Amino acid sequence: MSFAADATVATPAAGVHRRIPAGLVPWLLSAPALLLFVVIVLVPIAMTALLSFHLFSTSTGIRPVFSLANWIEVFTDGYFHEMFLRTLRISLWVTAICAVLGAPEAYILSRMRAPWKGIFMLVILGPLLISVVARTLGWALLFGGETGLINKTLLQLGVIATPLQFMFTETGVVVALAHVLMPFMVLSVWAALQRLDPQIENAAMSLGATHATVLRRVVLPQVLPGVLSGAIIVFALAASAFATPAIIGGRRLKVASTLAYDEFLNTLNWPLGAAVATLLLVALVAIIVLSNRLVERRFAQVFE
Amino acid sequence: MSFLVLDRLTKKFGDHTAVDGLSLAVEQGEFVSLLGPSGCGKTTTLQMIAGFVDATSGAATLEGRDLLAIRPSARGLGIVFQSYALFPHLTAAQNVAFGLEMRNVPAAERASRVAEALKLVGLTQFAERYPRKMSGGQQQRVALARALVIRPRILLLDEPLSNLDAKLREEMQIELRQIQRRVGTTTILVTHDQAEAMALSDRIVVMNAGRVEQIARPHEAYEQPASAFVANFLGKTNVLAARAGSDNGSTVALIGDGRWPVEKIAGGHELRVSVRPEKISFIDAAACSIGGRVATRIFQGNHWLYQVETPCGLVTVIRQNSGEAAPAEGEAVRLTWRAEDMAVRAAAN
Repeated sequence: MSFAADATVATPAAGVHRRIPAGLVPWLLSAPALLLFVVIVLVPIAMTALLSFHLFSTSTGIRPVFSLANWIEVFTDGYFHEMFLRTLRISLWVTAICAVLGAPEAYILSRMRAPWKGIFMLVILGPLLISVVARTLGWALLFGGETGLINKTLLQLGVIATPLQFMFTETGVVVALAHVLMPFMVLSVWAALQRLDPQIENAAMSLGATHATVLRRVVLPQVLPGVLSGAIIVFALAASAFATPAIIGGRRLKVASTLAYDEFLNTLNWPLGAAVATLLLVALVAIIVLSNRLVERRFAQVFE
Repeated sequence: MSFLVLDRLTKKFGDHTAVDGLSLAVEQGEFVSLLGPSGCGKTTTLQMIAGFVDATSGAATLEGRDLLAIRPSARGLGIVFQSYALFPHLTAAQNVAFGLEMRNVPAAERASRVAEALKLVGLTQFAERYPRKMSGGQQQRVALARALVIRPRILLLDEPLSNLDAKLREEMQIELRQIQRRVGTTTILVTHDQAEAMALSDRIVVMNAGRVEQIARPHEAYEQPASAFVANFLGKTNVLAARAGSDNGSTVALIGDGRWPVEKIAGGHELRVSVRPEKISFIDAAACSIGGRVATRIFQGNHWLYQVETPCGLVTVIRQNSGEAAPAEGEAVRLTWRAEDMAVRAAAN
C-alpha cells in the first residue's frame, strides 16, 4: 500500500481501494456549493453574455445568431457613452459624499458612550433594515416640486421663490443614493476604527500634537484602508443601483442599469439590454479588482 | 524645591478610590518606581501626571509650576506605554521624529537628533522599518527613543517591560538603567515586578489599594519593610508566630524552642516575626535556633530552596549553592538567624 502522494479511499462494499488524487479532494468537497454558485450565478451571467451577441428586430423577435452589432452600437453610439458616463459620474459623486460624511460619522460614533452609541448606531444602520424602495419613495416625498417637504419648507421660510428641482435630476439621484449607501461606508470605517489602539492617540498627544493634528496625522492614515474599502463597496453598489435611479431619475434620467431594464421590458430588445448589462458587469469587476489590488499593495507593508 | 512634587493626589472613580492622597517629591535626575499589585493605583497616578486622567483633588507641581493646569500636549513629558503605542503607518525614524515635528524643529536638526536617539537605543539600522516588522524588544526601544528625543523633563514608563520574555526583560532592564544614567532624565517607572523596581530605581514607592505603604531606597525597603505588605511584596519572607518573654530582665522572643533577644515591643504578648529566607542558615545547635524537618528541597541553579516543617509552620530557606553538601529531604535540621535580621511586630499589626 503506498502512502506517498495519493489519498486512498476504501469502499467497504467492493473491498477495492479506489484512488482519488489528493489534489482533487478539495474540489469534490466544495462541489455542492460550487454547483449551486455555477447554476444560479455563473450560468445566467453566461447566458446573458451570450444573448448580447444575438440580434433582435420587431418583426422577427430574437434571432439566435452570432453578431457583434449590439456591441458595436454600445461602443460607438454617443447615447450609450452619455449613459455610462452619467453612471460613472453619479457613482463617483456618491462615493465621494459617502467618504467625506461617512468617515467622520463613524469616528464620532466610536467616541460616543452608551446609551447614545446604541441609539445612533440604530439611526445610522436602521435604513438598512428598510426596503430600498421604501427609502427611495421617502426621498421622492421630500423631493417633490411644490408638494415636496424640502421645497415647502424653503418656500415658507422665504429662502427661495420658486421650487427647486430635485426629482428627475442627477443631484436628486446622487443625494438619495448617498443616503441609501452611507451605512456601508460607516460600517467599513467603523471596522477599521475598532482596530485602533487608543493609547496611540494618547502617545501623539503626549508628544505635543493638538487634537486636530492627532486626527489628521495619526487617526486618518490608520483608517484610510477602511475608507478605501468602503469606497470600493459604495462605488460598486452605486454603479449597479436600480431602484433609486429608477424612482428618482425616472424615465428621463437613465443610468446603465435602468437603461438595460428599459431595453428588456419596453423596447424588448433583449440582446441590446444584455450587451449593456454585460458591459456594466465587466467594467465594475475590472475597476473593483484593480482598486482592491492597489489598496492592498499600498498598505500591505503597514497593516496586516 | 524638588523637581516634581505630588501633593495628596487623589482620584476617585465614582465610589471607588483609585489613588488616595499620594504625596511624593522627586529630585531631578532621580529614577523612582511606583511598585504594587494590579489595581493599586500606580498606573492611574502616572496617567494623572501625564494628563490623560484628571485628578479628583490634590496638586502636582513641576519645577515649581502647577502641572495639572497644563494640557497633556503641552506638558513636555516623554511617555513609554505598555503597548508601546507606535504609529503603525510610520517607520521607526518617522515615529521618533514625530515629537520633533510637533515642536517645529527644522528638518536637518530633526534628522540628526533622530539618528542620535536611534543610536542611543541601538537601532540605527532599523530606521526605515515599520513597527509591524519589528520584534517586541525592538518596538520598545523605538518607543523609548521617541520619548527621549524630545528631551523631556520627565520620562514616564508604564510597565514597559511586561510584554517581553524573561531573558530580554533582564537585558532591557540593564540597558534602561544605563540609558537613564547617561541621559540623566528624571524617570518614573510603573511596575508590578518587585525585582525590576529594586534593580532600576533610586527609590521605590510601594503602593497598595491606592495608598503609599513605603517610600525608600530599594535596600532599605527590602531590609526594613515598613509594613507586613511591603515585607511580603518585596522578595519572599517567612512570618512566624512568637511570644514575648523575658530572660534575666531582657526581652526575648520565644519562637518554637528557640529564643532571640529583642527590643521591647508595645502592643502585647503575641508577636509576629518576619525573617527572609536567605538570612536563615542551618546549624547543629544554638540557643537562637528552632528545630524542624526538611519537607521539600528544590535546586535552582545558584541556590537551593528549602521548605522546612517546624512547630511554627512551614519555613522557606534559601541557601547558596556553595558546593557543600546540603541537607536532604526528610532530614532533621535546626534553623538559625541573627536577631538583627528579623523584624518583630505585635500580632495585632
